[in-house]
Amino acid sequence: MTGTSPAVVAASKLGLTFQTNDGPVQALSNVDLTIGKGEFVSFIGPSGCGKTTLLRVIADLEKPTSGTISVNGMTAEQAREKRAYGYVFQAAALFPWRTIERNVALPLEIMGLSRAEQAERIKRTLDLVNLSGFEKKYPWQLSGGMQQRASIARALAFDADLLLMDEPFGALDEIVRDHLNEQLLQLWARTNKTICFVTHSIPEAVYLSTRIVVMSPRPGRVSDIIESTLPKERPLDIRETPEFLAIAARVRDGLRAGHSYDD
Amino acid sequence: MDTFRDKLIPVTSILAGVVVLWYVFAVILNSPFQRDLDTRANETPGTVEFIGKTLAQPKPTLPAPHQVAVNFFENTFLRPINSNRSLVYNAWVTLSSTLLGFAFGTALGIVIAVGIVHVATLDRSLMPWIIASQTIPILAVAPMIIVVLAAVGITGLVPKAMISTYLSFFPVTVGMVKGLRSPEIMHLDLMHTYNASASQTFWKLRVPASVPFLFTSMKVAVAASLVGAIVGELPTGAVAGIGAKLLAGAYYSQSIDIWSALVAGSIVAALLVMVVGIAGRIVDRAMGGRPA
Repeated sequence: MTGTSPAVVAASKLGLTFQTNDGPVQALSNVDLTIGKGEFVSFIGPSGCGKTTLLRVIADLEKPTSGTISVNGMTAEQAREKRAYGYVFQAAALFPWRTIERNVALPLEIMGLSRAEQAERIKRTLDLVNLSGFEKKYPWQLSGGMQQRASIARALAFDADLLLMDEPFGALDEIVRDHLNEQLLQLWARTNKTICFVTHSIPEAVYLSTRIVVMSPRPGRVSDIIESTLPKERPLDIRETPEFLAIAARVRDGLRAGHSYDD
Repeated sequence: MDTFRDKLIPVTSILAGVVVLWYVFAVILNSPFQRDLDTRANETPGTVEFIGKTLAQPKPTLPAPHQVAVNFFENTFLRPINSNRSLVYNAWVTLSSTLLGFAFGTALGIVIAVGIVHVATLDRSLMPWIIASQTIPILAVAPMIIVVLAAVGITGLVPKAMISTYLSFFPVTVGMVKGLRSPEIMHLDLMHTYNASASQTFWKLRVPASVPFLFTSMKVAVAASLVGAIVGELPTGAVAGIGAKLLAGAYYSQSIDIWSALVAGSIVAALLVMVVGIAGRIVDRAMGGRPA
């Protein structure tokens, strides 16, 4: 399904070795991956499998030690300098001294957009994440789920086509998480962005993705890539269908094959 | 109201305890001299009369609280404000050099902290010297500062303020270095993903993150500034100021004067710390701080 669309992310023989006090640690080894425009790709695996590291390499927050990575046809660094992606962290990482609208404005200020342009984009992105009416609130006045939505709005505000999300809902309870998953799918359908999504939840990965990249640790590597056969329109109860469960079982098998359950 | 009562009762009980202890020690410390006086005057007062006399000496070893209170009241409220016996006048002289020194010290402290955070060489080279600077007794440095500055034609308020600066920049530097380095990795990564320049990261992230640290260190710095201003008045032949009052009191054994000057100094210090604290709280609220 990626064959015809131009690659947004292309990794080839990608490797990253951290030098630590306990000797070198191979966080990523021999990763080959192509992500096409408009895909929703999840990275799943146990902790230490390098899924976050891979996302950080795409974002140019880490430099690979071997292999190549290109983002939008450029090096990762050039892509970052061109602000090719929005990044959503595990925590909302909002600035506590800024109101929600000023937080969303942060990347726009850095890009030097005019006040009018900023106001227009703030309104549009806060609408998109259903946070209209909370512009003047400070982060502590919002629930954890709303804070994370504000941080998604901030990542969307400057209209990058690529959204990198590092376990954005990991710290939230399951009810909020279901709700945000649903909203994220709607947002993806409306904006047609390419999304890379790190998670350690199998149902979350299967529910959201068009493709699931299963990773395994020591060394961090891709052990399986699973295409989802689910339709683009996904109500929450799709998670009880046999098709959904079959994909989830394949993901679980992939994790097992990668020795993810070994100690 | 509850917080008022919660605070008032412990504070007043401590105060009452201090006053009682103070009276006890006043009697004990003033007794030898009083006994001496009585022997020479061939008097044999009863216990109550004797205690009364120990608390009413004109130049007691330890003045009783009410003596200090009366002296403080007279010199604060009953003297014309421009009289050099007025505590208000003397406190103002000290306060003005405290404030000037505090302003210099805060500015200097911030500038040094910015340098340390942004220039690796300064980080390694400057900090040991800054710490060493604070180990030198200020009483030894103060006259030299006055003399050196007088030699280049700077006299009056500024040299005294320099001593306050010397003491007050240190807590600000230490606090601001910590504050400017306080942003989380995640926030720094975020700025990196926006390809923010160093100055954008500084103004939009590091500076706002450091504000709580600044006010905490300014509270320490303003108290240190006052100490600096008082110490600066001691060896420099200052004619006015709380330090000058202390020195004059010591010359003429006016222990009651010394103690009421000390009280004046503590009140000024408490007010200064309070003002910085209030300013800190106002800024915190303006920056969206959660009401405590």
